[in-house]
Amino acid sequence: MLLGKKKESNVEIPSASLSDIVFLLLIFFLVTTSIDTEKGLDLVLPPPGDTEIKIPKENLANMLVNASGQVLLDGEIIKVRQISRIIREKITANPNLVISLKTDKETEYDIYIHVLDQLKKAEAKKISLAEPDKE
Amino acid sequence: MQIKKKSKVNVAIPTASMPDIIFMLLIFFMVATVIRQYSGLQVKLPDAQKIQKIEGSKRHVMTIWVGEGNQIVCNDVTIKKMSELRQVVYEKRANDPQLKIALKIEKTTDMGMVNDVHQELRKASALSVYYFAVPGGEF
Repeated sequence: MLLGKKKESNVEIPSASLSDIVFLLLIFFLVTTSIDTEKGLDLVLPPPGDTEIKIPKENLANMLVNASGQVLLDGEIIKVRQISRIIREKITANPNLVISLKTDKETEYDIYIHVLDQLKKAEAKKISLAEPDKE
Repeated sequence: MQIKKKSKVNVAIPTASMPDIIFMLLIFFMVATVIRQYSGLQVKLPDAQKIQKIEGSKRHVMTIWVGEGNQIVCNDVTIKKMSELRQVVYEKRANDPQLKIALKIEKTTDMGMVNDVHQELRKASALSVYYFAVPGGEF
């Protein structure tokens, strides 16, 4: 009979320290989480292979950026900050406009990003990257 | 006298639901945490205005750093030859078709180098790229 009584003893798991454990876990995840606020400019690269797509001349805007950061758009030298305005005008005139962006081998990446930023500002969707000339 | 009695009303904040709230927070942080972080290279990013967050989860993002002296680090792999980059990106993309590439490139890098990276990414069919930049004003 004594044995039977023993079985009825308290078998609950102590839950008093549960909140402490949960707090510890919470603090661990709070500290390790880094909510990244980094952002960037998105671009989709052309698929591999040399697939040449013929674009009619009137739908193409040639943009060249040289090593010293000068921009040539359809034969005219313009400033980087003028790009968005001019391209926006061109796009309203011709919504099918494709901008072909060509850089020199020695152009700084910084300038390229500024040009790309300007094109994004002008809401240009069709941007084509031309390879720099190989010497 | 009656007014004094009223002030003795129980003013304790109910703490019965506190564990529930903490559990909720815990689950949120557990889900949101992506533990694997790579230190990469120290780069000075260019500035831009029209920057946006990478769509979707950070789990599908592979970061490529191009630092000074044209050294390339891809997640935790240091790339010595350009053609290695293709291999690394291709393997990663085979496991994760939604892969997006985050490019953190030193702003003084020349475009010849950037273009080489482009070509390798194209060959690895990783076409969705993000050029990381810091928010900046007019230039």
